[in-house]
Amino acid sequence: MNAARRASSGRQVHLAAHFPGVNSTTVWSDPAHRSQIEFAAFEHFARTAERGLFDYLFLAEGLRLREQKGRIHDLDVAGRPATLAVLAALAAVTDRIGLVGTLSSTFNEPYELARQLATLDHLSGGRAGWNVVTSSDAFHGANFRRGGYLDHADRYTRADEFVDIATRLWDAWRGDAATPDAVRFTSRLFDIDATPTLPGGPQGRPTIVQAGDSPEGRDFAARRADVIFSRHNAFDDAREFYDDVKGRLAGNGRAEDDLRILPAATFVLGDSAADAEEKARHVSRAQVTAPTAIAFLEQVWGADLSDHDPDGPLPSFDPDPASTVFAGRVRHVADPVATARAWRERSEAEGLSIRDLAVSFLGQQTFVGTPSFVAAEIDRFVQERASDGFVIVGTTSPHGLDEFTERVIPELQERGTYRTAYPETATLRELLEVSAA
Amino acid sequence: MTRSLLVAVGLAGAGWHPAARTAAPRRTLRPSWWRERAQRLERAGADLVTIDDALAPDPAGAARLDALLTASFLAPATARIGLAPTITTTHTEPFHVATGLQTLDFASRGRAAWQVAVSADDLTAAQFGRRTLPADPAERERELWQEAAEVIEVARRLWDSWEDDAIIRDRESGRFLDRDKLHYVDFEGERFSVKGPSITPRSPQGQPLVAVAATGDAALAVAAEHADLVFIAPSDGTLDRVRRAAAHRDGEPLRVIADVHAVLDADPRLARASIARLQRTASAPWADDAIVGTPDELLHVVDDLRSAGFDGVRLLPARSDADLDAIVAEVLPQLATAPSTLRERLGLGIPVNRYERVSA
Repeated sequence: MNAARRASSGRQVHLAAHFPGVNSTTVWSDPAHRSQIEFAAFEHFARTAERGLFDYLFLAEGLRLREQKGRIHDLDVAGRPATLAVLAALAAVTDRIGLVGTLSSTFNEPYELARQLATLDHLSGGRAGWNVVTSSDAFHGANFRRGGYLDHADRYTRADEFVDIATRLWDAWRGDAATPDAVRFTSRLFDIDATPTLPGGPQGRPTIVQAGDSPEGRDFAARRADVIFSRHNAFDDAREFYDDVKGRLAGNGRAEDDLRILPAATFVLGDSAADAEEKARHVSRAQVTAPTAIAFLEQVWGADLSDHDPDGPLPSFDPDPASTVFAGRVRHVADPVATARAWRERSEAEGLSIRDLAVSFLGQQTFVGTPSFVAAEIDRFVQERASDGFVIVGTTSPHGLDEFTERVIPELQERGTYRTAYPETATLRELLEVSAA
Repeated sequence: MTRSLLVAVGLAGAGWHPAARTAAPRRTLRPSWWRERAQRLERAGADLVTIDDALAPDPAGAARLDALLTASFLAPATARIGLAPTITTTHTEPFHVATGLQTLDFASRGRAAWQVAVSADDLTAAQFGRRTLPADPAERERELWQEAAEVIEVARRLWDSWEDDAIIRDRESGRFLDRDKLHYVDFEGERFSVKGPSITPRSPQGQPLVAVAATGDAALAVAAEHADLVFIAPSDGTLDRVRRAAAHRDGEPLRVIADVHAVLDADPRLARASIARLQRTASAPWADDAIVGTPDELLHVVDDLRSAGFDGVRLLPARSDADLDAIVAEVLPQLATAPSTLRERLGLGIPVNRYERVSA
């Protein structure tokens, strides 16, 4: 019996560690925030996550610096390394933890990406993972050869075919075969006749993560992914998402445990509930500065709101729906006028200033409490099938995860639903307890 | 001030001779293979290791890892040696090439270099299925190297697109960045355009080094115009030719590094037997200018090249085990210029033995 398995018969909690991202969640004004680009920061973060026995560490990606009002957005942390290169370097300073990076299926080609992911899998001993994102707009495309070439409607078709081609390339040089097979794939989007330069790594195929929330995204995940990185971290919402997505698996010949659902979660720890609440308030205000609050509203209003008092009421006029103020974010505002009206109503009813409203969106922490409370909450989600675990996001680099590893992980271990050691040898897929496809 | 000779070693998987690679087709998939060799080369005093690569299967049948990621993997395991992966420009995104090298530079604390190469073959083009190359080989070479020049140019712009003090962390104004210190590169080329800025801040070297192996005239022309280093086979008149081609540059002169293939043994007859054995299974002649002999003979050749005026040498072991071992044990230590004793590092000489008799 594997000594690393938990004693209780409860469902195992699966955790991933998200390197602080380039958005307002990361509190750069905190003196504890050092750097999010020096390799030493990544190394510290990786070692902390590995000490915490996380299944994997996770890097987001953005292929162009964010802009607002036609200028580079300067309020949030910015600057990141190229995903694959930093993961390859992290493979050298870690032994067990999975290495998952975000890579676009739009602004990469299957041959090269398949090769690089297989390389990472070899270099890491079977720990490579890929979070497939499908952004296709001309804004990001401006940094790439074909610009905004891909029809928005085609982005999941391309992603699906991309993963299909990559999978065939990973499979094409198996076992003791002296030479690889050729992979031919012709469709409206691809015309490929390819032979890989290397066999698949120890995992065979790298772990696939997916984060799209649309019906297409969920279907893609149900077909292709080992993990869904979801936004649904409120209990009831999470349960609904869990049921929906897991319900799509049987139709793809897959079992419930073949796909892990991991919502993003932030945390604030305190010595008591009150202490944690107080810290959370402080973190929210640090995340949502006055300029950030104004910038947040400008995304909806599409106009310069710098003359508005952040501690005052929302603008009384309606947004101009035609204006595109903010580029480079994952979500677009579907109906700015309706949103603005709803926000105005709500802030009048609840007595919210601009900043209060922004905090309610940008400054919410998922788990606020003592380490034991946070561990209990995480466990509850998993045991009651609202998720299979979480992607834990800290607020500073590189130390933001330290406290979670030091204080919450032992509590989870005590509950018997979290590993107390990595297995002697395990690929990332084995750590996630997902069967190989 | 005389610069010391740059001493580089090139790794092409299990060896530069195809038969060496055919004999060990999966050996270089092991991370420990790379780590051990890079560390040994570093300890022996090599300035730079190049990692050869191409986006198509090796005709010799050996499996190949991606060179940029291999170099990145070696970065935390090494401290001084330069790391120069081959990254091709024909089917890759210039933006990813640029940020990848910046990231290698960060991971290695300023030891990144880029071996620029093109993919001129139809096989590689078919793996991407996005473009057809000119039918005429000479036109193809020209076009692909012209494109390579553009990729180098846009990479250089992206590498500078964040000024060093772009990150200000100004709590007063709530600004993490000074946006005036970030620059769109607005590159419009023949085959692609790139807006910028990079997503990656300026890396420790600012500009990772750019190297080109001069495989032909088109490559040499690009090296002369755009590169920091050129690797070239040192036949008669090579150095003059290169210096002429690069004479018009402003700024730093192009460093010319002589490529020397080597098959080594303490006994020269064994070296000759080795190359004969390797050639038995080869389908084509191999490096007829290779040094086949003892490590001492190689050292003499290196010395000649230094006297001739080359800025450096790149040693290319036919076999990455036997010949690399000889290079590490017998050749590199004789070429090392960095201080090796503790006294030397402190500028202290070796004292005269107090018991030595002073001559009358």
